[in-house]
Amino acid sequence: MKLVTIAGPPSSGKTAVTVKAIASLQQEGVQVGVVKFDSLSTQDQALYEKQGVPVTTGLSGNLCPDHFFVSNVCDCLSWGVQKGFDLLVIESAGLCNRCAPHIQGVLAVCVIDNLSGVDTPKKIGPMLKMADVVVITKGDIVSQAEREVFAYRVRQVNTNATIMNVNGLTGQGGHELGRLLVDAPETVDLAGKLLRFSMPAALCSYCLGQRKIGSDFQMGNVKKMAFP
Amino acid sequence: MPTNRVEKSLSTIPMAELVQRAPFVEDFFTSHGLALPGEGVSPSAYFAALDSELLEDLGLERQGLTERFMAYMELLEELKAGSGGSRIESITIRGGHDKSGQPEALELTIKPGEVVCIVGPTGSGKSRFLADIEWMAQADTPTGRSILINGRIPDPGQRFSIEHKLVAQLSQNMNFVMDLTVEEFITMHAESRMVEDVSTVTAAIIDLGNDLAGEKFTPRTPVTALSGGQSRALMIADTSCLSTSPIVLIDEIENAGIDRKRAVHTLVDKRKIVLMATHDPILALMGDRRLVFKNGGISAIIATSAVERANLALFEEMDAKLGAVRNALRKGERIEKTG
Repeated sequence: MKLVTIAGPPSSGKTAVTVKAIASLQQEGVQVGVVKFDSLSTQDQALYEKQGVPVTTGLSGNLCPDHFFVSNVCDCLSWGVQKGFDLLVIESAGLCNRCAPHIQGVLAVCVIDNLSGVDTPKKIGPMLKMADVVVITKGDIVSQAEREVFAYRVRQVNTNATIMNVNGLTGQGGHELGRLLVDAPETVDLAGKLLRFSMPAALCSYCLGQRKIGSDFQMGNVKKMAFP
Repeated sequence: MPTNRVEKSLSTIPMAELVQRAPFVEDFFTSHGLALPGEGVSPSAYFAALDSELLEDLGLERQGLTERFMAYMELLEELKAGSGGSRIESITIRGGHDKSGQPEALELTIKPGEVVCIVGPTGSGKSRFLADIEWMAQADTPTGRSILINGRIPDPGQRFSIEHKLVAQLSQNMNFVMDLTVEEFITMHAESRMVEDVSTVTAAIIDLGNDLAGEKFTPRTPVTALSGGQSRALMIADTSCLSTSPIVLIDEIENAGIDRKRAVHTLVDKRKIVLMATHDPILALMGDRRLVFKNGGISAIIATSAVERANLALFEEMDAKLGAVRNALRKGERIEKTG
């Protein structure tokens, strides 16, 4: 089975472009399944179901969504194999820009939108910088000049990626994205594979449920800001 | 794709010398959230000395940095090489089929400086047609069309190259999402294109935009304060001077605040291929040909006839009359005279 990870900031259009790409693949008879990761709640399951896509949702609740993703990714793969999919798409929540669910040897897609501003590409870490495919959305509502500058800024931080524009509303570019997704390498087993980049360290008293503020209550991996 | 345009030892050259060779080299560091290396330090030495904790925080890997840097320098070279104007002499569209599978018997070749109009109702396949061109379809899209560049099948690598993007779109519902003045905005675009003389090019674009716009704006006007017509005028000026895309798609030019005829001529003068989705008779008749879309395919190609051209004068007269009435309304006059 082919496997793809799709990540991007909240509301960048991950689900919309994924649905369009899958719709185009379905017409060619490709069996596609989706696992959607989110933190609190998501309506995206319904969007996939409406398109007739088998989908499972994983809610991380009070755990870090990306750590939750890695802990469950092998089971996602098994589910996809058991269902007999040709292609499994794992859509992550992508909440902090420092995180990335991308795995070595697995096609990695990052979705970002033009509306987030031309400085955004430099603010996003490995999720963008280590992606194989960068999908830029919401191009229809910004000027041509902004589109060109935005694409250039993406290229600056990820010189090797395939950069494409997809319109999540009209579906323009969705067919082309679908072609890239089905060309993903086959993934038989994930055990032992490496994440493309380590996830942010997070093991302090607050991870463990502490609510009180003040240095007496800070333990573990604590980092202090420097003030001028 | 790397073309090995830059020498391998580039990353061992001290920054001071690199900046002289390529002023935009500093952007690599700022865009990755890194401080600039000292003048006497080479990028390789700088990467080797970076604090591991800082790299971890930024989400960067030390061993990949030199490679990324070299790829960035290649990109700069490519952009500089590409800014010499488009080398596209023709684009050929080989017909596929419509939504019912009926063959589209055509081979359409368009050359720079031509204006081609696109007509047909919503859902008739106009957007798909443009997507086919942008993707340089090779019978691998739902329409089965193929695109040839200069009479040849294009290199597949060009599909995703931002330097060889075929279509620039000036859509009707575009906005500026940046809070910048006109001058800052155009400067930013010019810089991303690596043009040699940013301030001269910027000034020229603003002048040209003002020529096309009905009401004037200044370099210090915020882009978000421009009217629809002014925005469109500025973007046409900007695209004609800065965009490397050989094809410009315009979806309708509203009949306010912009000299539509001159706008189209500006793009033609810059040797752009102008594709115009319009049902405005004046714009449609300015085209050399119009493509009629129906059920996902091109159902006819109509060359503008001599009679139609003659009618254009008539439509322009009517348009001028309506324009005068509009102006009278704006000035608060009565519009009782219709002659």
